[in-house]
Amino acid sequence: MSYLSAKGMTGGYGSVDILHDCTISVEKGEIAVIVGPNGAGKSTAMKAVFGMLAIHTGKVTLDGEDITALTPQARVAKGMAFVPQTNNIFPSMSVEQNLEMGAFLRRDDINGTMEQVYELFPILRQKRLQNAGELSGGQRQQVAVGRALMTKPKLLMLDEPTAGVSPIVMDELFDLIIDIARTGLSILMVEQNARQALNIADKGYVLVQGENRFTDTGQALMNDPEVRRSFLGG
Amino acid sequence: MENWLNAFALLSNFVIVPALAYGSQLALGALGVTLVFGILRFSNFAHGDTMAFGTMVVILFTWWFQSMGINLGPLPTALLALPFGILFCALFALLSDRLVYRFYRAKRADPVIYLIASVGVMFVTNGIVRFIIGPDDQNFADGERFIIRARDFKEMTGLAEGVSIKLSQGITFFTMIIVVIALFWFLNKTRSGKSMRAYSDNEDLALLSGINPDRVVAITWIIAAALATIAGTLYGLDKSFKPFTYFQLLLPIFAAAIVGGLGNPLGAIAGGFVIAFSEITVTYAYKRFIGHLVPEDWEINGLIQLLSTDYKFAVSFIILLLVLLIRPHGIFKGTGV
Repeated sequence: MSYLSAKGMTGGYGSVDILHDCTISVEKGEIAVIVGPNGAGKSTAMKAVFGMLAIHTGKVTLDGEDITALTPQARVAKGMAFVPQTNNIFPSMSVEQNLEMGAFLRRDDINGTMEQVYELFPILRQKRLQNAGELSGGQRQQVAVGRALMTKPKLLMLDEPTAGVSPIVMDELFDLIIDIARTGLSILMVEQNARQALNIADKGYVLVQGENRFTDTGQALMNDPEVRRSFLGG
Repeated sequence: MENWLNAFALLSNFVIVPALAYGSQLALGALGVTLVFGILRFSNFAHGDTMAFGTMVVILFTWWFQSMGINLGPLPTALLALPFGILFCALFALLSDRLVYRFYRAKRADPVIYLIASVGVMFVTNGIVRFIIGPDDQNFADGERFIIRARDFKEMTGLAEGVSIKLSQGITFFTMIIVVIALFWFLNKTRSGKSMRAYSDNEDLALLSGINPDRVVAITWIIAAALATIAGTLYGLDKSFKPFTYFQLLLPIFAAAIVGGLGNPLGAIAGGFVIAFSEITVTYAYKRFIGHLVPEDWEINGLIQLLSTDYKFAVSFIILLLVLLIRPHGIFKGTGV
């Protein structure tokens, strides 16, 4: 059984279903990427996995434990961390306080983890006393990811981490995501930049209209002529 | 030279000292309003009457202590009763949250719906206070009246004009400083305080970080109630307690919070002093003040008062309008209205 397994998720906002029998799983230490056209329900699938969206059919398990009924906060305690696409920092608090808030649930010493985050994102150490709201887009994303890492999660979920940052920063962020995965974390992310994302992905999911269209390794999807034609622009 | 000193002493006595005390009271009130706005995201119109409720409890305990012969010597007995007032007021605020606001929070209601609900809470609170203590003036100040009497000041300095500082004014100013330091320490250094700021900054992300919203809301109400009770008691000691006056205080308090920038604690303090100084300088009669500064044979007709004290609320109102027109986010950057 996969480390994270979300099987047959069906649900949406109000009475309209956005996800139809959507299945996503992530193995330990691997990067899984959800790609697809606009409005395919990528972010919705992510929210459903994290419990921010009610699903009426389907089951989500983490490390074999059924977590379908848990609130997002309870899932944080179980070792999941989520970085939303927007509004993912506390703008009027310093970088350091952002990280502290990430570790809010922890009662033990957080200095070690903070040190690890600063090693991963050296720029944050320099800016640690500055308000997070004053940082550049790429630096904010680093704060957002750093905040999520402070709980020492086993599964990190990123919703379009490279949205709105420059191409150079985007490459840096992808490199960092690979670095994070190397430390043994499982990563599930939604990406607009499908090509680059599939390049670093162990597993890729192509969603269309809330359904799984293609599921394979990142490399295989990149080589699949139909996926290339429909979603990667040739 | 002596004329100038006399004029300054006169101004201190009738403008600067009272405005510092009144400004402190407004600042404490505005801090409560701004805190509720920043964290619970609505304008709490019941704040003035919450002040009245807390002060009422303080008065009742003060009378009880006085009847038992307990006092603080030169200091007012009300200071001893203050913790009890805060306790009851906090329970009252938590109860109103439980009965009213929690319902709207669960529905994620618009701020304007909260605002209307808070008007309802305001009327109910107002009714409860009048029912328990009556609509009339209550005097509960005891202990020494003055720190410096005008006559002593004149003897000390040899000036014709005296400066008197009432004990209540001194207590007000120092309590305000202590409360503000404690509040800022709490918000910036403690785990609970930081979680409140995080919640105010980004509610959804605070939830994702495992911050318990119910706890944040409860702490906010307790602090708002404490600030309301302290502000109300200091105002009552300085002037007198009358439920209707506390309801009227809502305008200058909101003006202070908005002038400083709603949701910004530092702004609330600055706003409190801006409003207090404007209100008092505009309604003060400058006849004697100018009399000291012009040659003695000049005769001054009229009081040289810009605005009658009856219109003092108009001052807050005009400042409020100007700020909303020119700088809607306040002096310091607040959340905006």
